[in-house]
Amino acid sequence: MAVEVRVPTILRPYTAGEKAVQGSGSTIDEVIADLESRYPGLRERLVDDAGLRRFVNVYLNDEDVRFLGGLTTAVADGDSVTILPAVAGGSAVG
Amino acid sequence: MRYDSLLDSVGRTPLVGLPRLSPSADVRLWAKLEDRNPTGSVKDRAALAMVQAAEADGRLTPGCTILEPTSGNTGISLAVAARLKGYRIVVVMPENTSVERRQLLEMWGAEIVSSPAAGGSNEAVRVARRMAEQHPDWVMLYQYGNPANAAAHYEGTGPEILADLPTITHFVAGLGTTGTLMGAGRYLREKVPGVSIVAAEPRYGELVYGLRNLDEGFVPELYDESVLTTRYSVGPRDAVRRTRDLLEQEGIFAGISTGAILHAALGMAARAVKAGERADICFIVCDGGWKYLSTGVYTAASLDEAEQGIEGQLWA
Repeated sequence: MAVEVRVPTILRPYTAGEKAVQGSGSTIDEVIADLESRYPGLRERLVDDAGLRRFVNVYLNDEDVRFLGGLTTAVADGDSVTILPAVAGGSAVG
Repeated sequence: MRYDSLLDSVGRTPLVGLPRLSPSADVRLWAKLEDRNPTGSVKDRAALAMVQAAEADGRLTPGCTILEPTSGNTGISLAVAARLKGYRIVVVMPENTSVERRQLLEMWGAEIVSSPAAGGSNEAVRVARRMAEQHPDWVMLYQYGNPANAAAHYEGTGPEILADLPTITHFVAGLGTTGTLMGAGRYLREKVPGVSIVAAEPRYGELVYGLRNLDEGFVPELYDESVLTTRYSVGPRDAVRRTRDLLEQEGIFAGISTGAILHAALGMAARAVKAGERADICFIVCDGGWKYLSTGVYTAASLDEAEQGIEGQLWA
């Protein structure tokens, strides 16, 4: 499965400055492992022993994967994965 | 409806149907018009509740100074409460918020401290915490961790929605302090078996995520993942598009964060239609569009132009 992974500014040192990279795998975990093989060090910034790191959010087609299947969430060809840091939101307007 | 004072009129907002944007007679959208609160936003509920709670526990006494990090609306709500109750108020706000918010804050007597645009609300929280250390006598109500914020929605917003829409299947709101979703969401989960609680989180441009490292991230203390059914990230283009749809099709003039929430609500509606299930989807209109007129998003000739109007801004 080929997916596009959007990478936040803060992690671009790992992707040679690329905003979006191609990843492959049948789950989020496999996609991250695939990225790690080409962008060493990236995985450790996203994942720890307990799963996704507290201040890392990963979205599959804009839906937070924590509410899908976490790292075992299945991905399909053409899906879009977005990685974002958790920030103080401003939603309505904090 | 008659109230003893302006502050007494917070809450009890209308719930209106969206006959044009609802996909069918079985899958309906309902807008909870929180812009009808005294200062024009949902934040009046949390602000008043936090002030009353601090008064009740003796932290806030006459002559006190209130300090709060805010991207705008909470500060505006607190400023009015502070003026009417006789407190001084200092707000810490990111510099990349709309000019209208500044004017409203000044108008109601708040003193504004600007925090750097890079880092957004994260940075405002950091600056406010530093100031709180320097001024131990000031009272930081801290909306991100104050239980009175969520309680205002558990006791107000949630019950109001259920009374008006007993057949509710989905509740959709914005995720900022998380107070609305935690409070109303918990209440609805207790009363309505199977209800879906859906968060729409604004996704800003690069500037707002300008952290130096991931350990500087922030999750509000009020946030409890178990209250939510799911959570969507909504980018500026979809938020602006839906804000304009809401205006054009239903005549509702809302702020841009409401567009993001409507986008998630329409996603839920589309899912229900596909699954052949009935749905009554209630979403929050956080504030009116007045404070965002200067962005030009309502009158821009095209969606591209409208999207450019909010580039680099904290639009929610």
